[in-house]
Amino acid sequence: MGFLDIRNVTKSYGAVEVLHQVDISVQEGEFLVLVGPSGCGKSTLLNMIAGLEGITSGEIAINGRVVNAVHPSKRNIAMVFQSYALYPNMSVAQNMTFGLEMHGVPKPERDKALKDVAALLQIEPLLDRKPGQLSGGQRQRVAMGRALVRDPDVFLFDEPLSNLDAKLRVDMRTEIKKLHEKLKTTVVYVTHDQIEALTLSTRIAVMNGGYVQQLGTPQEVYDDPANVFVASFMGSPSMNLIPARLRLNGQAAVEIADGAGQPVALPLTGTPGGAQDGDALLFGLRPEALTDTEGADRHARNIVTFRNPVDVVEPAGSDTFVTTTLGGKDAISRMRADTRLTPGQTCDFAVNMDKAVLFDPRTEQRLRLT
Amino acid sequence: MTDLRTRFQDWLPRLVLSPSLAAVLVFVYGFIAFTLYLSFTDSRMLPSYDWVGLENYSKLWGLRHWHTAIANLGIFALLYITICTAIGLTLAIFLDQKIRGEGLLRPIYLYPMALSFIVTGTAWKWFLDPGIGLEHTMHLWGWESFEFGWIKDRDMAIYTVVIAAVWQSSGFVMAMFLAGLRGIDNEILKAAQIDGASNWNLYRRIVIPLLRPAFLSAFVILSHLAVKSYDLVIALTGGGPGRATELPATFMYSYTFTRNSMGIGAASAVIMLMTIAAIMTPYLYAELKDKG
Amino acid sequence: MSHATQDTAVRTGRIARTFIYLVLLLFALFYLLPFFVMLANSLKPLSEITGGNMMALPQDWTIAPWLSAWSTAQIGVEPTGLRPYFLNSILMVVPAVAISTVIGALNGYILTKWRFRGDTVIFGLMLFSCFIPFQIVLIPMARMLGLMGLAGSTPGLVLVHVVYGIGFGTLYFRNYYAAFPTELVRAAQIDGAGFFQIFWRIMLPVSGPIAVVNIIWQFTNIWNDFLFGASFADLDSMPMTVALNNLVNSSTGVKEYNVHFAGAILAALPTLLVYIVAGRYFVRGLMAGSVKG
Repeated sequence: MGFLDIRNVTKSYGAVEVLHQVDISVQEGEFLVLVGPSGCGKSTLLNMIAGLEGITSGEIAINGRVVNAVHPSKRNIAMVFQSYALYPNMSVAQNMTFGLEMHGVPKPERDKALKDVAALLQIEPLLDRKPGQLSGGQRQRVAMGRALVRDPDVFLFDEPLSNLDAKLRVDMRTEIKKLHEKLKTTVVYVTHDQIEALTLSTRIAVMNGGYVQQLGTPQEVYDDPANVFVASFMGSPSMNLIPARLRLNGQAAVEIADGAGQPVALPLTGTPGGAQDGDALLFGLRPEALTDTEGADRHARNIVTFRNPVDVVEPAGSDTFVTTTLGGKDAISRMRADTRLTPGQTCDFAVNMDKAVLFDPRTEQRLRLT
Repeated sequence: MTDLRTRFQDWLPRLVLSPSLAAVLVFVYGFIAFTLYLSFTDSRMLPSYDWVGLENYSKLWGLRHWHTAIANLGIFALLYITICTAIGLTLAIFLDQKIRGEGLLRPIYLYPMALSFIVTGTAWKWFLDPGIGLEHTMHLWGWESFEFGWIKDRDMAIYTVVIAAVWQSSGFVMAMFLAGLRGIDNEILKAAQIDGASNWNLYRRIVIPLLRPAFLSAFVILSHLAVKSYDLVIALTGGGPGRATELPATFMYSYTFTRNSMGIGAASAVIMLMTIAAIMTPYLYAELKDKG
Repeated sequence: MSHATQDTAVRTGRIARTFIYLVLLLFALFYLLPFFVMLANSLKPLSEITGGNMMALPQDWTIAPWLSAWSTAQIGVEPTGLRPYFLNSILMVVPAVAISTVIGALNGYILTKWRFRGDTVIFGLMLFSCFIPFQIVLIPMARMLGLMGLAGSTPGLVLVHVVYGIGFGTLYFRNYYAAFPTELVRAAQIDGAGFFQIFWRIMLPVSGPIAVVNIIWQFTNIWNDFLFGASFADLDSMPMTVALNNLVNSSTGVKEYNVHFAGAILAALPTLLVYIVAGRYFVRGLMAGSVKG
């Protein structure tokens, strides 16, 4: 049993079920990120933890206490909202202590908590201002401060960085991470940004269509995706999914068509259980597992090279992304920044088969090698 | 499980809303039902509960006064809505041309809206009186043949109601259109100009079609005001000369309260309500569906 | 009115502009003339009106008509002037506006932030009540006021105006609160604030603009009402509009036009004053009630 338990929780609006049998257990001090495209049910789930939406079936327990019927204010949670939800008529200090006031905490204690948190977040100079006089980043800090002052069991974040510009978002991301490492609080964080999910979390729940598609550490979710959705949603540029066929005569291999339509065999380190020779597959390859030969991972055990024409070259500063055609589709290769290639040229590509993953194109589920 | 305070909080909003709902249900819908019922009874000076079926309605449609009132309402509503819309739209488009003094002109166009119809009626009654008003002034200024005696003329008096009503409401329609114009994305206008549209075409083909919501709102507001019009007629003409400017609203009042034919008065009120409901219901339904 | 004026991109030529200004000025004249005539003639002695030109300024300036309209003119049978009726209107308008604003604010708050099954239907019922022809409720209302012992009294009129003001008040506050972020209410709930605390501490402090709109709207409507006043008031509770109509239409004696005009301006004064002071909100309110309606 964890610190925050979500047990078989479903949510329906009328006859429509929008969340199906969600089961997540969060340990104390964990940073759980719920990530997925809009409409996947992640915010609904967060609101249910907060008590802002009812639970159709199942249970949510915080710190061992089932809270299904407990008012939001009595769950000992705090929430940071996407729009920050600062009360426009109150000063920063009043905003931050409003919750304590509502809970009947005496003024001296409120002031002390306020002072501590303001110092922690370095927002002391802002305390007398109104939210309207703050910049986006400052509002974000105040919203976090309002949550911190409460010293809750669980922090809930609802896309807190999505209203900030790109640079500030990265800075605040680091700041949230630092804060979590310092305070070791339990966090549930909702975002649609997979980079935020990977950088911040100790565990990620990837959601789609009201289902948890995969629950695991960032590493597991990235390297070992459970299905096509997780594979393509996590990572940028996203994983190449190349139509391929399984070959089992001789060494097990996947066969893909190169740029000229000729078959290329890429030997596998195992065989997918129950598969037959000639079965159609989706061959998943991260851009960093498809490189130029010098850029290939030296520790990899199984590197295959082949020649293929270059279609597009996109320098991105620290890397250069090269598009080539595999299996009749664009495949993106991540190469070193100093790569000198031009479109139309043919070059050697190295495939790190250790990192390759296979999916059943019909069920879109992962096929594991044995 | 649920603690008492939480459950109370859940019901509190409905509890606070309920007196308003009850008031509306009784004083609006209950009263409508009561009036509807009276329209099927032989109520005269006091409500009676003797059912007479559709007799009041057939009597009503046999009354010359009612026909006058309905015909007047037709003329009045048509002209009032058309003229207000035309003036409102013109003024709004003109005011939207970076006019110097817009801040001064706008309140001048709008202030009649703040006045009571009784005040408007009093002012125009006198202004249109041939003996002392406009006609008299023109004579004094040397235009001896000028004649403007509509207010005393049975056939023309209804048009003086239109004039006064337009004076009162057209500025408001202007404000509605102006808000609509200011809401149009300037880039659309720029794009149309780059496409080579003349000002005339710009307005005819792009701007006016974009003002559709403002037209609809203006129509709904003006038509319901037209059906409800009562005070203005009372103050301007008193329904006269004779009964020449009777409208359904004044008809209802006089049959109910001074002619002791409450049943017929109720029937006329029901017909007024039905007229307004026919206009409002689709509009309100669409609005509510939008906002759900 | 959307005051963040983005000027139109349309360009007009010199002749067209001259024409536009001409039309705009002519209409300004059309709207101003009746009021000018009323004002000018309310300051003339009666002899100057009946014999003279209504467009002319007074030769003999006098405030006697104003004094007469205020305190001595014959209203019905009593030579009281409009003063008692002016007070009646104030006594009716102030509580009616205050109550209907509070009700409207609460209803709007509930219908946007505490939504429940069927709330749209309830709002629809309230909204439709804004537009009914009041003739349909006159007969039962007269009986109801009698049953409640409020017939012919100012409290009775207050009740009538509050009830029929629910629709517009709710409409205004609902539209305004709909744009108010629901996340704020959720944050306050998590902070532990209850239904009334959220209303009082979070919603009301930011409701200034819409409260002004609603107050102006209700004030104008209730002050200017004639139908309810004429139907339900007796001599002691008669509002200003009804008294003015009696003054103007009293058939006894000479028609004192100058007194009528002074009376008409007196009756218009409160709403005009409100309009001059807060006209911009007034327009915004009309918009909220119609375009967005």
